[in-house]
Amino acid sequence: MTIPLDSAVTLQSLLASGELSAVDVARSVLERAAATESTVAAFTYRPDERLLEQAEAIDRRRREGQPLGPLAGIPVAVKDVLCTTDMPTTCSSRMLENFRSPYDATVVAQLRAADALLVGKTNMDEFAMGASTENSAFGLTRNPWASTCTPGGSSGGAAAAVAASVVPLSVGSDTGGSIRQPAAFCGVTGLKPTYGRVSRYGLVAFASSLDQVGPLAWDVADNALLLSHLAGFDPRDSTSLDAPVEDYLAAVSPAATADLKGLRIGLIREHVDHQRLAAPARQAVLDAVGVLTAAGAEVVDVHFDQTKYWVPTYYIIAPCEASSNLSRYDGAHYGFRAQPAAEAAQQHGPLTATYCQSRDQGFGAEVKRRIMLGTYSLSEGYADRYYAKALQVRRLIRDDYDAAFGKVDLLLGPVTPGPAFPLGEKVDDPLEMYLCDQFTVGANLAGIPAISLPAGHDENNLPLGVQLQAPPLGEAALLRAGTVFQNATDHHRRRPQL
Amino acid sequence: MSDRRDADGRYPFKTVIGLEVHAQLRTASKLFCRCSTQFGSAPNTQVCPVCLGLPGALPVMNEHAIELAITTGLALNCDIPSVTKWDRKQYFYPDLPKGYQISQFDMPICAEGYLDIPDPADEGETRRIGLFRAHLEEDAGKSMHDEAAGRDHSRIDLNRCGTPLLEIVSKPEMFSAAEARSYLTELKLLLTHLGVSDCEMQEGSLRVDANVNLHIEKDGKRIATPIVEVKNMNSFRAVERAIQYEAERQYQEWEDTGNTIETVSKRTFGWNDATEETFVQREKEESADYRYFPDPDLVPVHLPKERIEAAREAMGELPAATRERFQTQYELKAYDADVIVNQGPAMVTYFETAATASKDPKRTSSWIQQDVMRTLKERQEEIGAFPVSAETLGQLLGEVRAGRLDNNRARDVFQHLLTHGGSVEQATAALGIEAVDDSELDALCDELLAENPQVVQHVQGGKPQAVGALIGKAKQKNPNINPGQLRETLLAKIAAM
Repeated sequence: MTIPLDSAVTLQSLLASGELSAVDVARSVLERAAATESTVAAFTYRPDERLLEQAEAIDRRRREGQPLGPLAGIPVAVKDVLCTTDMPTTCSSRMLENFRSPYDATVVAQLRAADALLVGKTNMDEFAMGASTENSAFGLTRNPWASTCTPGGSSGGAAAAVAASVVPLSVGSDTGGSIRQPAAFCGVTGLKPTYGRVSRYGLVAFASSLDQVGPLAWDVADNALLLSHLAGFDPRDSTSLDAPVEDYLAAVSPAATADLKGLRIGLIREHVDHQRLAAPARQAVLDAVGVLTAAGAEVVDVHFDQTKYWVPTYYIIAPCEASSNLSRYDGAHYGFRAQPAAEAAQQHGPLTATYCQSRDQGFGAEVKRRIMLGTYSLSEGYADRYYAKALQVRRLIRDDYDAAFGKVDLLLGPVTPGPAFPLGEKVDDPLEMYLCDQFTVGANLAGIPAISLPAGHDENNLPLGVQLQAPPLGEAALLRAGTVFQNATDHHRRRPQL
Repeated sequence: MSDRRDADGRYPFKTVIGLEVHAQLRTASKLFCRCSTQFGSAPNTQVCPVCLGLPGALPVMNEHAIELAITTGLALNCDIPSVTKWDRKQYFYPDLPKGYQISQFDMPICAEGYLDIPDPADEGETRRIGLFRAHLEEDAGKSMHDEAAGRDHSRIDLNRCGTPLLEIVSKPEMFSAAEARSYLTELKLLLTHLGVSDCEMQEGSLRVDANVNLHIEKDGKRIATPIVEVKNMNSFRAVERAIQYEAERQYQEWEDTGNTIETVSKRTFGWNDATEETFVQREKEESADYRYFPDPDLVPVHLPKERIEAAREAMGELPAATRERFQTQYELKAYDADVIVNQGPAMVTYFETAATASKDPKRTSSWIQQDVMRTLKERQEEIGAFPVSAETLGQLLGEVRAGRLDNNRARDVFQHLLTHGGSVEQATAALGIEAVDDSELDALCDELLAENPQVVQHVQGGKPQAVGALIGKAKQKNPNINPGQLRETLLAKIAAM
């Protein structure tokens, strides 16, 4: 029997009926990883022996009739930005190469409580800064659809692990598009929840006011399943929302997804008409308009006044917060510590020299670039001109969203300017790399939920995506519309040749 | 102020002092995590991912700290805003594991206020010292520089890291070391009275930095000397001495160099308690850029009016009002009211309980100031653990007021109570003190007069004070005799002879 590692919902029923054991699933994961990882390299760490032990324990408990969690025996990969006690937490940085967290992130604890099989930690851009996973200190991850291309980033490993069908479910994080863009590049579905919907406790901070944990999987149904185990109020996170969690599984059920009659969807004109949007990516959006209209939705044009300020605003606020959040990596308490050169120690004193050299050697170029950008933007004399101004523009961007959601229920547009780009193409051109985020950062700045759906393939068979965005706490509406879309399309059913 | 030189040839000058006080709030747990704030535990045992600043950990605000800050702010006559927020103050230091301190920058929980302090130059009068603000922040850890080991290693204890502090910033409105001390004494009294802080300078739960300079009057112009911030003072006395020293040093520096506030920027000095001198710590205040910005991990704190009003009502009587009331309700002198109130809330309660029981507030006040406080000092005890309860002392002094005990016998009873405890009845019984009835007294007087005819003669000769000689003799025969009653009875009997 072929084990369907590309569908958690299917695995769930096969495991429940006894047709499959958790050990069968775990073995299959290991075989698949052995076959694909030499090319894809989605993982930074996989405790393969322990995976079998986890699976055996679940099977034993099932045999003994003990209660099991809803994800019992379902393999899940975790982005290496989430703290885990039994695996390293490196953020793909030399700075944390040997770091072990003494505690589990809340979402990791929730996955354990649901009896998920934790397969390993996935590769990412260092500290989630990047759009290609090339900023990892531990090597490249390759796109399963084309090994010469990036899987996107920063959750590149998370998306690639799903696209390579090593795991059906993957947990990523999204600060400016880091779930949605790699999902689009890898032809999978990824959702960035409302800010505060999923706990950030144990998510190593990049930009605290923008970071959000979310699911990646082939289809919307699996996103709904995983999100229902990630979402919820966490008293350890002061920015967590104390609002009831909607029934995401009900939102994707056949009863809720027959059609989209009465739903108004706004097409973001400034994005569809954007000169940097590649023709196939534009066509994917326009095709999606047809699919959604056919399902009964009314699609209308909406305008966003501030779109040209999205990326500049984001690249002030995110680096400002990052420069502060990453101050703690100073070589004094944990993580990488450089032995300062005698000359530097002489000149600046041993303490300052240790700080400088630990940070210089422990961080990669992009992380240092953003720390410098943020430090500058928060400096006396510049904070008003940059940071304070960016906060004002952020407010205007939110106003744009509020105005739009006064007219429509959801927003439709592109995820990325084009399909996955070749490895090495943009890595030396930070501005080009930053522009990968131009359609996604709005949702982070406004704190709203957004989903990236597979929406086609270009002439090179590279996946293309479309993005739906919803008002705060509109996850169920996104999942419902996404399911209707996927019922009518098969982009999410295509698999790469690996 | 006249600007003529004094006898030493010096121009008149005024010392100008502003104080920054860090008071550790008396919460059970830290400001943003649940770790204990207990002082004196083994290093790095009261820490968790949050206060260690581990990757991914997030702060959650301690509501109790907010309560204590509001109460303090109200007692300091501050405006409490309807919204306050948290900011990050960023700098690198090994005892600051996050690389930033969570503090409050532009929206402190307590805005402008003031504190009325006893005027050290004018008994019974007060001086009003303005406050810029008071804000909450988390403490850093402690660095211990291990020089004894002969290496330049430092040890870091992060137990204190994250402990809530309230930083109270005065305006530069104190003009003498004595005023600064009076301000600190009054502030400590207020904070301990409210129960918001232990204010133990030795344990670091109260820390004081003094900004000092001089205003010198010369040739009709006011010259301000450069501001010096003095740190590392570990007692109020040290603060007083450091300010006195700085005033002299700054005058001398001005005479020697002509430095003024315009020519030399703020410097940081330390205080050496052994040599009683200040010394330069940082020659030029580096223009530190802390890059404050709102902490995105914390949400703004809304303080509804009802919450502030509830805190105001729960605050009760403040020491200044207690002083006033003691003067009207118990007819104490201003000085006596001061002494008792300044001992803190436990002593205030002790006094009021004892005064009510004795029905003699003045005698109670004087006993407390003499016998009770002296004993506390000798034993280095707090009034809360004093072996003679307020009720017992009140009862004892009631006996004195009723004439059943004289002061000397009362002191014997007091001493007995101190050592053995128990009630007044038990102590008097143990000491063999009994009431002497009239027939006993009569018989004793007759006996004494018969034995001492010369005393009778002296009294009859117009020297009533001569009966004094019989009092000692009477006490030998019966130690319980009341000298007043004895004297009256003797004189009456002689008159009737």
